[in-house]
Amino acid sequence: MSDAATMTGLARRGLVPGLALLVAILAMASLAAGPVRLSPSDIVAALLGRGDEAIRTIVTEIRLPRAILAVAIGGILGLSGAAMQGLLRNPLAAPSLFGAPQSAAFAAVATISLGLNDALSWGLPVAAIAGAFLSVFVLVAVAGRNASLLLLILSGLAISSLAGAGTALAMNLAPNPFAALEIAFWLLGSLEDRSMRHVALALPFIIPAALILYLQRGAFRALALGEEAAASLGVGVARLRLVVITGVALGVGAAVSVAGTIAFIGLVAPHLMRPLVGYDPARVLVPSALTGAALLLAADIAVRIIPATTNIKVGVLTAIIGVPFFLWLIVRERRSLAGGVA
Amino acid sequence: MSDAAHLLLAEGVGVAYGGCPVVTDAAFGLDAGRLVALVGPNGAGKTTLLRALGGLTPSTGRITVAGTDLLKLPPRERARRIAFLPQGHVVHWPLTARDVVALGRYPHGLADPSRMGARDAAIVDAALARTDASAFAGRQVTTLSGGERARVMLARVLAVEAPILLADEPTAALDPRHQIGIMAALREEARRGALVIAVTHDLGLAARMADEVMVIDRGRIVARGAPRTVLTPQLMREVYGVDALVTEHAGEPVIVPWTAP
Repeated sequence: MSDAATMTGLARRGLVPGLALLVAILAMASLAAGPVRLSPSDIVAALLGRGDEAIRTIVTEIRLPRAILAVAIGGILGLSGAAMQGLLRNPLAAPSLFGAPQSAAFAAVATISLGLNDALSWGLPVAAIAGAFLSVFVLVAVAGRNASLLLLILSGLAISSLAGAGTALAMNLAPNPFAALEIAFWLLGSLEDRSMRHVALALPFIIPAALILYLQRGAFRALALGEEAAASLGVGVARLRLVVITGVALGVGAAVSVAGTIAFIGLVAPHLMRPLVGYDPARVLVPSALTGAALLLAADIAVRIIPATTNIKVGVLTAIIGVPFFLWLIVRERRSLAGGVA
Repeated sequence: MSDAAHLLLAEGVGVAYGGCPVVTDAAFGLDAGRLVALVGPNGAGKTTLLRALGGLTPSTGRITVAGTDLLKLPPRERARRIAFLPQGHVVHWPLTARDVVALGRYPHGLADPSRMGARDAAIVDAALARTDASAFAGRQVTTLSGGERARVMLARVLAVEAPILLADEPTAALDPRHQIGIMAALREEARRGALVIAVTHDLGLAARMADEVMVIDRGRIVARGAPRTVLTPQLMREVYGVDALVTEHAGEPVIVPWTAP
């Protein structure tokens, strides 16, 4: 093996541990950042159930759920993005392509608009997850169980648009301006004031979703040769599509249900990692999840630090930073994209 | 030879797309160690028949592989017995040539090429060597020329080590040297004991290299046998609608399509 190959081998082996360390450091910073600055020793003491009671409350009841949700939601967004891009063999595919997050958002917003829930009650996440599931059922009912990708994308587009229209209608019909504002703010995406109940609600969906998507990694690599070659290698392509759609709906639906819509992490995280794993659609999965977690943690810390009269929502920040960054990536990778995905 | 002894047996095989028959009543038995050229005009049903033989498109009738019904084989098992090289040599991500060839081991349970065992690695290296692709094994396939990419793709199906290899126009869009190289590698695979079926429009190469030619026209198999007995001027006129020069050079058949009347 040449020196260069050994070097890239080492870099690849170090990638996942390195990213995991970064996530751990950012998680620690997330526990420290806020109106009350805390030192690492305060945090460790509080996590172990020792130290000042007020600090313990801040750490375990206010900041810990927020950090856990940032890791889980950022992670599932990054993983879902990588899985969708593997399934579609297209670096522009996003987790929202088949309409699950939009449907989850619509279901959540509808309950606010009808006055059933306020934005932080926990009937809302239940409605949102139901919305994400409903979108999968509608998608499969419309496109059929053995649908081609094109049919699924078209159906997904229709479902996304319908859910978007439904969301607009819910805002339109909101009983009072405050409800409309509450909906608008909820849609922007935030991890503020979330509790362990939100964690308990989201994780049972996010963890199985992550496992489901990760287990398809070999099939994503085979799909690099196209659907026909993948089928000839023993991949059940039609089944794979349904599994990925369901996994993404499960994970991203749960993410939306507790945090609103958080844009661009699913699209950007796999992009960042792909050159570091030799463009392998399977090896990109875990680094993308870790990168998603790191990005959302960082964004959620940033919204607490940035001085502003009104709190900036984390979903706004990920989009504001994510989009120009994505444009820069497109420019940088113009050549390899044109060659690789023709 | 009795039917059951054939490696690949088709009985009354038919394929229809949207109620329109594309392949009708295909029946033949093919044996190990043969290179079979599947030829016919555009739209005759060559690719469709090949896909049906590979279990990649639903068909009526019966296809058996070494006595086992194709439809009863689980996908992985089918993939270990029948390797399939699609048209066009598509690769959607800039993977290295070696990682692409390692995908041939996927049906054998290899999930990650970076953690390949010694046996899989030896098979992948041997496949690269047999298609003369070892020199660019570490390069991204998207940076390779058409001919180089075709060799990598062929190495990928060789790495499956399946008893049956189906290749859909493996020499299309290649220069003469690569066309001959690819067909020679397929013939070599047949000599090693595989049944190789290659769809091709290159009748000259088919006549020279194939052990057997199977001609399909409007969905039906109209002729089958040794190239010399099948590829006659009369058949060329009836099936392709062209007059052809059929002769010999250095003891090998030569066929050159000449004029369309």
